[in-house]
Amino acid sequence: MKRQFSPRLLLRNGQLMAGLIIFMTVLVVAIGADYLAPKAFDEMDIPNKLQPPGESGVMGTDQYGRDLLSRVIYGSRIALRVGLIVVVIESVLGVTLGLVAGYYGGWADRLISFLTDMTWALPPIVLALAIVTALGPSLNNVVIAIALVSWAGYARLIRSKTQSLKNMPFVEAARALGESDTAIMFRYILPNTFSLIIVLATLSLPTAILSTTSLSFLGLGSQPPAPDWGVILNEGISLIFNAPWISIFPGLAIVFTALGFNLLGEGLRDILDPRMKV
Amino acid sequence: MNLPDTQSPVVRGISDLSGPLLSVRNLTTSFVTSRGKVRAVTDVSFDVDRGEVFALVGESGCGKSTTALSVMRLVPPPGVVDAGEILLDGRDLLALDRDSIAKVRGKQVAMIFQNPLVALTPVYRAGAQIEEAIVLDEIPRAEAWRLAVQVMGDVKISDHEERALSYPHELSGGMRQRVMTGMMISRSPKLLIADEPTTALDVTIQAQILDLLLDLRERNRMALLIITHDLGVVAEIADRVAVMYAGRIVEQAGVVELYEEPLHPYTQLLMRALPRLGKGQGRLETIAGSVPSLVDMPPGCPFHPRCPMAKPICSTQEPTARRLPSGRMVACHLVED
Amino acid sequence: MQSLVELANASKHFTITKGLIRRQIRRVRAVDDVSLTIHRGETFGLVGESGSGKTTLARLVPLLAKPSGGKILFDGHDVAKVNHAELTRIRRRMGIVFQDPASSLMPRWTVRTSILRPLVLQGITAEAAAQRLAETTALVNLGEDLLDRYPHQLSGGQQQRASIARALILRPELLILDEPTSALDVSVQAQILNLLLDLQEQFGLTYLFITHNLSVVRYVSDRIGVMYLGKIVEVGLTSEIYRRPLHPYTAALLSASPALDPRSRGRHKYRLVGDPPSLINPPSGCSLHPRCQFATELCRQERPLLAEFAPGHSVACHRARELELHIGASQ
Repeated sequence: MKRQFSPRLLLRNGQLMAGLIIFMTVLVVAIGADYLAPKAFDEMDIPNKLQPPGESGVMGTDQYGRDLLSRVIYGSRIALRVGLIVVVIESVLGVTLGLVAGYYGGWADRLISFLTDMTWALPPIVLALAIVTALGPSLNNVVIAIALVSWAGYARLIRSKTQSLKNMPFVEAARALGESDTAIMFRYILPNTFSLIIVLATLSLPTAILSTTSLSFLGLGSQPPAPDWGVILNEGISLIFNAPWISIFPGLAIVFTALGFNLLGEGLRDILDPRMKV
Repeated sequence: MNLPDTQSPVVRGISDLSGPLLSVRNLTTSFVTSRGKVRAVTDVSFDVDRGEVFALVGESGCGKSTTALSVMRLVPPPGVVDAGEILLDGRDLLALDRDSIAKVRGKQVAMIFQNPLVALTPVYRAGAQIEEAIVLDEIPRAEAWRLAVQVMGDVKISDHEERALSYPHELSGGMRQRVMTGMMISRSPKLLIADEPTTALDVTIQAQILDLLLDLRERNRMALLIITHDLGVVAEIADRVAVMYAGRIVEQAGVVELYEEPLHPYTQLLMRALPRLGKGQGRLETIAGSVPSLVDMPPGCPFHPRCPMAKPICSTQEPTARRLPSGRMVACHLVED
Repeated sequence: MQSLVELANASKHFTITKGLIRRQIRRVRAVDDVSLTIHRGETFGLVGESGSGKTTLARLVPLLAKPSGGKILFDGHDVAKVNHAELTRIRRRMGIVFQDPASSLMPRWTVRTSILRPLVLQGITAEAAAQRLAETTALVNLGEDLLDRYPHQLSGGQQQRASIARALILRPELLILDEPTSALDVSVQAQILNLLLDLQEQFGLTYLFITHNLSVVRYVSDRIGVMYLGKIVEVGLTSEIYRRPLHPYTAALLSASPALDPRSRGRHKYRLVGDPPSLINPPSGCSLHPRCQFATELCRQERPLLAEFAPGHSVACHRARELELHIGASQ
């Protein structure tokens, strides 16, 4: 029996609360970046370059004198936006393919399962690298690449859930009433997978953020002077001994955000369906 | 069964052979939930004599399974036995420490379940699982295996020598039930508790299993406490019956008396709700309302909101179980002595 | 009497395949050459244990499964041959009630939405639909307050009544009921059975009632068909079958069905030996022979055909004429 949402339930689940707090924090920072950031993210101030955290800024300045705090704050926008877009694309792709494979079976299933297994088997970053190299380095291409390599997890789980749902009496009743296959897939089966999808999506968000920032770190995604956390990290690598803060703070931001979404996802899973160990 | 009886009265010295084998007195078991303490079993008392078949019957949620688990002290947390005594041969099982009760389980009292896969592990052969039980009596492995195969024959598994080498998933539902039964009776317990042993089985297999249980009762001189919702099964094999409702025993009687003349309104309505006739020969009676939630019990008699014969006293005072001159027991204000 | 449903040599096979090229290695004959007729207005009880094929057979009628052979006729139309539009029309003349009330209704919809859905699909106006909904829920005694709840918030009996309401909402002629009360407590079962009988009387419904419970089937059915391993082994009037079963399997079923009278315990009982055979490797000849105490060499070699023994009473057994099977005083 599904447990309904209740405020008490939320409060009792420490993971969920922590995740929610972190998520809200990042969200607020991203939305309110214009108000929260002391300076523009690309405002250079060469005389003040490479200042450690202190007088010149809470997080110090980088090699161009830009305020690191402001860059990190604006970076949250990129991280969230990109992460969300990636998750939306990969989930729509994966869920649809999973539904079709699970519902129809036969050659559609064999084809989709083959593609799923192939995508699942190859290391995602390598595949993403290949795609981005082919398309050219840009944030948009990184988004496409990451989404294309990450849908397999959704497809698998939704396929298996669809297979078990399609034999349930309420689906048989629907067929007997003359509902079309599409209606059955999207009106009957899909709604029963929502809790599964929500949890998957929330847990994929950190991976999406990590993957996109990694590719940006490698120079394949956002290009400087964008305040993408991966880009900032990259900029600070060569100066790691002289000005470690340039890499440390974006790194912490990535970890903090990823952790938050992980906790949120696990907390949601515990509420919605404790039996589902993703 | 030729197993050595290390529990013979001469060895034990403290047994009480004159009274009933099992005596449950004022058993109360509850569960601690987020909504407070819920009493699944309230003040339940009954006896099972040596070699008799005693049935505990009721619909879902009446507390019969919890009662059975309480006897074995296997009530899962957050359940706990709050009060009462469970006397097996005079010994209170509730007073025993963990090691002692573990010794009692399987040897004095055993239990079989609705789903045999609960008791059988998929990675061991059927014979090996029975052997595991026998070995607990300190019988050497080789001899234990031989006895295990013999037990499989005793529970009427066809081709039992070969089947002893099968894994549970290779066996049919009926056979698994037999293997589980064999495992549990292999040490010759005095009492076998069977919790809905045939509910998941086809009718013809159910009949075979019931025949088997009666046969084992004869041969092993074993008492049988059967838990079921099926009044048909009770009519087929029970000697005495207790009817449960909302955690309480509402009526207890010999089986013939109960079916011929049920005294408690719930029992009467339950019997009349069973289809016994052909089409057009009469209408089934229904019981208005539904079983009360154990968290929210009505005052007085738990059945009164649904009872067509309820009187004012029924809604204020809970009837206690009274023994009638005939020996029967009933918990109802309306029944005269 | 008119026939509403007719099966003529209907079969349903499942093939188990292996490997990339789908080599067929096994065939499961879930329904094997079944012929029977269901008359308008009657309740036909289909009885059998697990593996008998009764559920598969029931699914053939609305073509929820396609037959591998033979014909399935509804009101004279061959359901496997009609076009999609005609099939939808035919299906709307049937209602289906399933065994597990909890999973019969779409969990994410309110009860109201589930019951209204067939009307929505048929394109009925909102007004007419509301009217029909009110009438139907009144018929099944489903309170207004329950309509806006979700299935998991209802009791088993209420869920089943909602399921029946949905099955009836289009005023079908046939109701297919697959173990409709097996998951319910005795007292709730009684309510549902009474309801079904009342509805039948009121609307002249025809029921295909599938169950393994012999006391239930006796209470509701006019005629009974007994299935074993995909085949019909006996068909006849309920009263006739209970008075004198002709097939050893029927006798075993009736014997095994617990009587509600402790004093009839000692009655003569026919028992089957051993376990049900596998559907993948069915026995030769008569499928019951390995378990039947009356089996002869002929039974082992030749499959008996369903033949009329007396008007309206057919049986598939080589020895039907010789055997005198009596179940005993409990009837």
